[in-house]
Amino acid sequence: MEKHITLPLTRELAKTLRCGDTVYLTGEIYTSRDAGHKRMCESLAKGEPLPFDPADATIYYVGPTPAKPGQVIGSAGPTTSGRMDAYAPTMMSVGARGMIGKGARLPEVVDAMKKYDGVYFGAIGGAGALLAKCIKKCELIAYEDLGAEALRKLYVEDFPTVVIIDCEGNNLYEKGRAEYLAKRKTD
Amino acid sequence: MREIDAGRITDVIERLCIEANQGLPGDVQNAIRGCRACEEWETAQNVLDRIIDNFEIAKEEQVPICQDTGMACVFLEIGQDVHITGGNLSEAVDEGVRRGYEKGYLRKSVVKDPVRRGNTGDNTPAMLYTEIVPGEQIKITVGPKGFGSENMSAIRMFKPSAGLQGIKDFILETAEAAGPNPCPPMVLGVGIGGTFDKAALLAKKALMRPIDVPNPDPFYAALEKEMLEKVNQLGIGPQGFGGRTTALGLNIETLPTHIAGMPCAINISCHVTRHKTEVI
Repeated sequence: MEKHITLPLTRELAKTLRCGDTVYLTGEIYTSRDAGHKRMCESLAKGEPLPFDPADATIYYVGPTPAKPGQVIGSAGPTTSGRMDAYAPTMMSVGARGMIGKGARLPEVVDAMKKYDGVYFGAIGGAGALLAKCIKKCELIAYEDLGAEALRKLYVEDFPTVVIIDCEGNNLYEKGRAEYLAKRKTD
Repeated sequence: MREIDAGRITDVIERLCIEANQGLPGDVQNAIRGCRACEEWETAQNVLDRIIDNFEIAKEEQVPICQDTGMACVFLEIGQDVHITGGNLSEAVDEGVRRGYEKGYLRKSVVKDPVRRGNTGDNTPAMLYTEIVPGEQIKITVGPKGFGSENMSAIRMFKPSAGLQGIKDFILETAEAAGPNPCPPMVLGVGIGGTFDKAALLAKKALMRPIDVPNPDPFYAALEKEMLEKVNQLGIGPQGFGGRTTALGLNIETLPTHIAGMPCAINISCHVTRHKTEVI
């Protein structure tokens, strides 16, 4: 099913999304990957606030290339989400609900998604030049010393994703492949 | 004896870093288009269409195809009758990478220590391999390597008794374990033989060979074909959403090995398998 949604990703909105849905996102999202997540989770462990309000937030696992003159952002496709598995349940526990990335997630992340109504969106890995076109604003908000891994606030318009894992734990990597193999068998 | 100035090597590497990151090699483009034509699963067709749009945009607008502009793997085949003047070779290579990644607006993705981390800020050092060959030229290949796929690579030290079947099973097992993570459709570089280290290097070198050029040995050419077909029966599909197109190519490189062993390394690459070569 094709859906156009406006962020933030409230619990009610998250519950309407199903594994396999094509979802175009419009609104604010935050970028973070390995080093940024490590730092955010260290802050939370010390009882310190995050550089942004995590409530109903969507985090895009990306480290963009530097913007050329005239560009909002450089190439900006998703990185492998599995490396953020160690941090994702903590982020969801403070309210972050959406994750955009690519690749498999651990069962403990899926458990946290079921608990907090999280949604895992997939963007096309390796399509950084194409995806950058949907990013209309980019603002550096923290961890500038991390370079490509710094925390940025993006404004996206009709950013194309597919729901890989929904808040009930249904998984497109399992479902899509099984359906294709079943179809091939019958052909 | 021919003299080549180290500065010239720097200039070429600077340019190759940028060009390799913006323009997908023709063989990989052709493979993606060919797979799109054969793909019958709708989700997979849509993903492949977007992948094609993406590399066309990158070429047109001269921007990186993928934000992971990789570690710069640099292969130098240096003619034995060449004398490099005017500077230190490895410094010249790193300077080329430094300039290319800065001028090309490429991402700086290298940390100075594997455990303690800390970005080097200029994407150096390059992963440099040099080989002395006959002649008086230098063949320079730059292959930027992303780590989403690098992380899904594997090496195994087989007993010779494992035989051909052991290698075949290992290839399928590694592709299966990689699943959606390495941005499929993937390219597999397989290195068989040599020592532990050489097998890994062979696997990397296999990724530098165009995927429409088979191994010159008919035995391995047939194995490449058979295993590519088998990987494409796994059903993983583009991005792991299901479909036929799981891999675009599978290249095998081999070396003699010890009577007691059969090392096999599999280096996985993504649909943005990049490399650019120039001879000076």
